[in-house]
Amino acid sequence: MFDEPNKTNPPFSKGSSKYENPDGVKIGLEVHVQLNKLKTKVFCGCTTDYHNDPPNSHVCPVCLGLPGALPVINKKAVEAAIKVGLALNCKVEEHTQFYRKNYYYPDLPKGFQITQYDFPISSQGYVMIEGEDGEHRIGITRAHMEEDPGRLVHEGTIDKSKYTLIDYNRSGMALLEVVSDPDMRSPKEARRYLDKLRNILEYLDVFDGNLEGALRVDANISIMGGQRAEIKNISSHKGAERALLYEIVRQKNVLRRGGVVVLETRHFDEAREITLSMRSKEEAHDYRYFPEPDLVPLKISGWAPAIKETLPELPDARRMRFVEQYGIADDHAKALTSELKLAVFYEEVAKKADPKMAAVWICDVLKGELNYRDLTIDAFRKEHMLSVIELLASKKITEDGAVDIIRTLLDKGGSPEEIVAQKGLVVVEGDIVSTAAEEAIKENPQAVADYKAGKEKALNSLVGAVMKKTKGRADARAAREVLLGKLG
Amino acid sequence: MATINELRERIHAESSEEIVHEYLEKIAESKLNAFITVSGESALARARKIDSEGHEGPLAGIPIAIKDNISTKGIRTTCASKILTGYIPPYDAHVIERLKEAGAIIIGKANMDEFAMGTSTETSFYGATKNPWDIERVPGGSSGGSAAAVAGDDVPLALGSDTGGSVRCPASFCGVVGLKPTYGVISRYGLIAYANSLEQIGPFATSVRDVATLFDVIAGYDARDSTSVKRDVNYSSAMKNDVRGLKIGVPEEYFGEGTDEKVEKAVRDAIHKLEDLGASLKDVKMPHTKYALASYYIIAMSEASSNLARFDGMRYGLRVEDSDWHTTFSQVRAAGFGDEVKRRILLGTYALSAGYHDKYYLKALKVRTLIKQDFERAFKNVDVLITPTMPYPAFRLGEKIGDPLSLYLADVDTVPINLAGVPSISVPCGFSEGLPIGMQIIGKHFDEATILRTAYTFEENTDFHIKQPEGV
Repeated sequence: MFDEPNKTNPPFSKGSSKYENPDGVKIGLEVHVQLNKLKTKVFCGCTTDYHNDPPNSHVCPVCLGLPGALPVINKKAVEAAIKVGLALNCKVEEHTQFYRKNYYYPDLPKGFQITQYDFPISSQGYVMIEGEDGEHRIGITRAHMEEDPGRLVHEGTIDKSKYTLIDYNRSGMALLEVVSDPDMRSPKEARRYLDKLRNILEYLDVFDGNLEGALRVDANISIMGGQRAEIKNISSHKGAERALLYEIVRQKNVLRRGGVVVLETRHFDEAREITLSMRSKEEAHDYRYFPEPDLVPLKISGWAPAIKETLPELPDARRMRFVEQYGIADDHAKALTSELKLAVFYEEVAKKADPKMAAVWICDVLKGELNYRDLTIDAFRKEHMLSVIELLASKKITEDGAVDIIRTLLDKGGSPEEIVAQKGLVVVEGDIVSTAAEEAIKENPQAVADYKAGKEKALNSLVGAVMKKTKGRADARAAREVLLGKLG
Repeated sequence: MATINELRERIHAESSEEIVHEYLEKIAESKLNAFITVSGESALARARKIDSEGHEGPLAGIPIAIKDNISTKGIRTTCASKILTGYIPPYDAHVIERLKEAGAIIIGKANMDEFAMGTSTETSFYGATKNPWDIERVPGGSSGGSAAAVAGDDVPLALGSDTGGSVRCPASFCGVVGLKPTYGVISRYGLIAYANSLEQIGPFATSVRDVATLFDVIAGYDARDSTSVKRDVNYSSAMKNDVRGLKIGVPEEYFGEGTDEKVEKAVRDAIHKLEDLGASLKDVKMPHTKYALASYYIIAMSEASSNLARFDGMRYGLRVEDSDWHTTFSQVRAAGFGDEVKRRILLGTYALSAGYHDKYYLKALKVRTLIKQDFERAFKNVDVLITPTMPYPAFRLGEKIGDPLSLYLADVDTVPINLAGVPSISVPCGFSEGLPIGMQIIGKHFDEATILRTAYTFEENTDFHIKQPEGV
């Protein structure tokens, strides 16, 4: 076995006190990750690039489960699974084996799913998250490979639909089921775990989280040591948090009324943000697992060390490096590394400009403006960020001017230089500030008197007056200094 | 009956079209019910194409019957089951691709026990096949259509599949040669699975040489079957009339209770014939043989219960509409599967169920390992093992079909070979009241060459294979 945990831990903030977990909440998540950056499906040569194509247009005898067709393992899928296992600090086994999970469902063309049971590809790992009381460890029970079933399309909702359509394009996509230990103590921690997992997967370049069905979550939750409910059909991180919040309230209500929480599977209704008990027919499954005779046990000893060599820098390591290498605040480093593209963007800017300024302007301004417009970092050019920072550093524009430039670039386009010229955002020269300050002192005798009487705040209204006179093109800090000098 | 070489000469002198036409007429007049589907038009079209364009393949222009559990593009494939009504595969099995490359002409799909589950070809939804030596009797199974068609000269060559004896049993009952290759030598891609870990496709012919020629065509590595093995082979080169120095093991466990006296005598006579020709005999012990049947049926049924889950009427085959998918699946399967298939699905489901899995399935796997070890031990001292193929000659139609257990017991001498994954060939070695008797020659893993040479030498020095059923 290859027990190679990541030795480095990030500089998590220490919580002020230990989290009490008053309701005894225990949450474990089963996350189905589609390895959708592979070129082909897990057991056949069909493309994974079906998202814009008609239903059932990327299928073959194997992924349709036609009589006589046989699966053949995609080696790249195994490599990707090992990569994820290593990144989640798991042990990667020397042999791995596929099993059949037998059950009937219309989206399952063979009447069984090829998955793993004994001998999963990796197990016993962990990830660190920012918990309720600081650094918190979430154990990874196992991460095993399996095939995706087809996609069912209902008319309207699942319970009222008159018919169901099946699209087998998705059938046979490589999935990795990442099963966590029940280590999350609140819906917030569950969401942070999902964010972290997704972040790691994107760094590994095995997964595009923006594609339909890329990440699906089943949540197990219990309170006060009672039975757990399994919640299915969660398709987003926000959905997971909502479903779990609802479920805590529901379980507390059951207990308050003197009832007992029963072990059951519940369906998350995303529109209504509630969980519903699924019919009892779905329960009491005996999946009759047995080794898949058509796939020989896979010897993967020796794969892991080579794959480990190819592991990229992961989010926590990059966060630490940003703090050390660029001297930026940990909060900024955390925000910048929470998204791979953002981290890459920052680093390209930081190499050519003041890294601290870059961190402040990307995290505190640009990211907010992007979020407000529901845009990603792709919408902003790094050359523009460099220009804005250069203009600021050389004091050619004010901070207000810089914000104006960023907003204008996002809304109307152009270049920072053009916007500065068009809007006349160049910082005004010292003489004009000086004249404006003299005028402001003359015109506001009361404020002058207040200031001299010791009211520091009065100075702000004088600064405001100077800014008004210069139409905002003066640097507020410079204006303040000029005023202070003139007031003695 | 004509051999491949004779047919090649006739095709050269006359035409493939004439040969195919002749066989189509024979099939039309046949009383055997050996075929589920006859693909006459496409066969004739292909024959004409080969006649006009020429073909250098070893089977150019020669017709062949394919067991109906092997996927044939454009030709309906039923597994002799109602549940596959209307299913026309969109792809060819690996062996079909190989046959087409070799110039062979698929003349039709041969009858079989439903989903290859049976020893008599009586469980077919399309009616039982009859034994050409006595049409009151079964041809054996499950590849009964393939064997009967070759024995009755409906066709010169055929493919079957062998999960627990399904090639060797009908070869024995019909007096032809049938080979079950080493597991992994022939790609299973396109073979509709009954029990994946046990089965192999196998060739039928009236002579060992033709079996070897057909085997050469269909054997070989295929990337689409993960259990397929990479090996360079030329089995035709094993056709040598020489068994001098060959060490034959005779496991007494295979001549036990229930073995017909005449069968035992014929097989022992055959062994002595080989001894006369220069082979030496050795007693070998195979102590776990008595557990083979139980182990085999548990494993086969367990795998079958899962393999047959895909037949739900959703995408192809029989469709029965009902209120919801759950009921629809049940209705389709209730209406589509025959009794024997249902029995095996139920038993297999039971054997894999929580609480019984370890007691049955896991235990059967352990027994399988012991049986493999029996063979490994025996093959340290001998080159081949010789046993009866079947404990008795062909029984009467209807005689055993009402008693599944006695039918299962008929497989006693063939199933250990599938559990071990070794190769085995059945060749005619005698007659009992006009019915053929088969001798089973078992080899080491991947040593088909030695069992083919042994069978060929026996054939060259005897004339059992020359005798034909009356009316053929």
